[in-house]
Amino acid sequence: MGEKFLMKGNEALGEAAILAGCRNFFGYPITPQTELAAYMAKKLPKVGGVFLQAESEVAAINMVYGASAAGKRVMTSSSSPGVSLKSEGMSYLAGSDLPALIVNVQRGGPGLGGIQPAQSDYFQATHGPGHGDFRLLVFAPSTVQEVVDMVFLAFEKADEYRMPSMILADGILGQMMEPVEFPESAHVKTFEKPWATNGMQGKRKKNIVNSLYLQPDELERENFKRFERYQKICDTEQRWEEFMLDDAEVVVVAYGASARIAKNAIRAAREKGIRAGLVRPITLWPFPEKILREKAKTAKAFVSVELSMGQMINDIRLAIECTKPVYLCNRVGGMVMTPDEIEAVIVKAQGGAK
Amino acid sequence: MNQQIIIAGFGGQGVLFTGKFMAYAGLYQGYEVSWLPSYGPEMRGGTANCNVVISDQPVGSPIVINATSLIAMNAPSLEKFEASVVPGGKIFVDSTLITAKVSRADVEAFYVPATQLAGDNGLKGLSNMIMLGKFIKETGICEAALIEKTLKKVVPPKKAELIEKNMQAIQMGYKL
Amino acid sequence: MEKVFGRPAALADVATHYCPGCTHGIIHRLVAEVLDEMGLTEKTVGVCPVGCSVLAYNYFTCDMVEAAHGRAPAVATGIKRALGDQVNVFTYQGDGDLAAIGTAETVHAATRGENITTIFVNNAIYGMTGGQMAPTSLPEMVTQTSPYGRDVKVAGYPVRVCEMLSTLSGTAYAERVAVDCVKNVNAAKRAIKKAFTMQQEKRGYSIIEVLSTCPTNWGLAPVKATEWLRENMMPYYPLGVYKDITQGE
Repeated sequence: MGEKFLMKGNEALGEAAILAGCRNFFGYPITPQTELAAYMAKKLPKVGGVFLQAESEVAAINMVYGASAAGKRVMTSSSSPGVSLKSEGMSYLAGSDLPALIVNVQRGGPGLGGIQPAQSDYFQATHGPGHGDFRLLVFAPSTVQEVVDMVFLAFEKADEYRMPSMILADGILGQMMEPVEFPESAHVKTFEKPWATNGMQGKRKKNIVNSLYLQPDELERENFKRFERYQKICDTEQRWEEFMLDDAEVVVVAYGASARIAKNAIRAAREKGIRAGLVRPITLWPFPEKILREKAKTAKAFVSVELSMGQMINDIRLAIECTKPVYLCNRVGGMVMTPDEIEAVIVKAQGGAK
Repeated sequence: MNQQIIIAGFGGQGVLFTGKFMAYAGLYQGYEVSWLPSYGPEMRGGTANCNVVISDQPVGSPIVINATSLIAMNAPSLEKFEASVVPGGKIFVDSTLITAKVSRADVEAFYVPATQLAGDNGLKGLSNMIMLGKFIKETGICEAALIEKTLKKVVPPKKAELIEKNMQAIQMGYKL
Repeated sequence: MEKVFGRPAALADVATHYCPGCTHGIIHRLVAEVLDEMGLTEKTVGVCPVGCSVLAYNYFTCDMVEAAHGRAPAVATGIKRALGDQVNVFTYQGDGDLAAIGTAETVHAATRGENITTIFVNNAIYGMTGGQMAPTSLPEMVTQTSPYGRDVKVAGYPVRVCEMLSTLSGTAYAERVAVDCVKNVNAAKRAIKKAFTMQQEKRGYSIIEVLSTCPTNWGLAPVKATEWLRENMMPYYPLGVYKDITQGE
């Protein structure tokens, strides 16, 4: 670990990716993630890497597909409308069992929406990133330091499970500066990729990267196989942070930038004698059901804090099997809730299901 | 320590840079800090603002809603953010560019003719640093000994020749 | 007895799914022969997108990547950029893929001078999906989605790909060939070889457009289809070299 210095989330993400051994970046400009592409444009050529600004988001994700098929660690980044365009490519990546990192620095939607922070791509990231049955590993950092740490993890897990992973950030995290320090690059975990299409080079038999299975039984088999892997991920890869949770009656669930605000609200509520606590999902898929199910035994109520119209709230209800009331505290369109607004919902939730 | 700061003005007045100085000063003194700029089309020639938090506690929201201090570098900024300052908070006004007075009685107002001073003293373009000097004096967010170290960190190496002038401007503001 | 004719090593010993009389088989063979002769198979990665040739990953013996509809040039870009000269990369695309849904990818791969080779099979129709109007379908041509003939006032004009791409600085080589007769088949092979040579010499983007028949969807017997190609396609899509940056060297 070196000296702490201030860095924007977007740029810290780029630096971390380079330290994590990523030498291939394909992207397309869109606010509020452009600093990441700009950072890679500046740095990658100096370390012998590839930066290419693609003609479209669609082309960018397909370049990622190509570089991943070639066996290389590769990433792209965008913001909400651009990620929609990448959904075809994400489906092909998943269907071909290719690892890659996709970054979504979310902004308000739908449509062109706005450019201010939002978390309204939760459904897209966790439930429907593209056509077909597949999942992305979804990581939701809450601080710039965590952005850095998560880039390493996202690349590693993508390689380990041979699937695309996503860092789901938002305009606040992308744009804000916070102190960060970087781990040594020596800690990078890499994986053998005997499946890569990098030319047989006289060393092995032909490899094929493909997601086409015209025989239904074969395609079904492939899907079941992939979902066995997903089940293992659900069992072993759920990650979350607990904050003042031990004796909590009101369990607030919030991720990313909204979790920061929720912490302020919880501190304030505690000062008023309300036993509130936070579960902050670090992985959004797999969703941290275990801890929520556990907390459902003792908590009075749950509060979903999100910058969306109530998306994550569904997963909370499913995790606790609707055994306790779940309240929603949300702002959308680029508006961000205040700690006071969250505290008000905590107070309401504490009063029980009235 | 819990400083919640809004700095606002025109694009090109060094609003983001001023915020970056404050964040680094906080970092060097062992505090938790965050810096959040406004972004989007308004950056290009319109108004710019940034939020800085310097705190003993881990920074929750980096968005400043209840500001302990506001630095207003133009009239629209004062108008827009005056109400965001908490009672007992401080408002710093560049009185060369803002003729209006702070309308609230429950805050401390400091009027600094920063643009005028910068022009008169060969420090053109450094009105933000004059404001910063005054801000440091009144809030104590940066130990005097750390000012130069912080400047050296935030001024890009390519513009190292500007450190001295920046230093002068900060000192000028500090003495007011 | 001396064996004088055999299957190229770069072509797998499997039955293809192509329709009787379709010229994909000839074009596959030409690509495979060139890979063999140039000793490139071991370093080649082929990219085949959606279309009739989507199953080509079963037919070539080199590494193969299947791509989404239209995206082969982007996928090939990713592979080539990531691996550089370690690999020889080709895309094998049809007209709907290359000149409709993948126009942007094609034009930009060309203008960037991506050091890849594109084999473009132009049969003026969407084959895999059952004979719909393609960007290269001729005026008045009857297809499933132009049942009264392609009306240029409604559907616009066919795209001349080699002509268009030859205007781009990144295109190193663009030639249109056909495989309707022995002479043209030989010329097509020479063109494909030239394109791969260009890639080995790091010249930039090379494209060989092969005029091809689709007896099934044209509703013609193979011989008739070949005649139709000569009479209708060749006048609209003249054979020849449209760009060669080595000319005069």
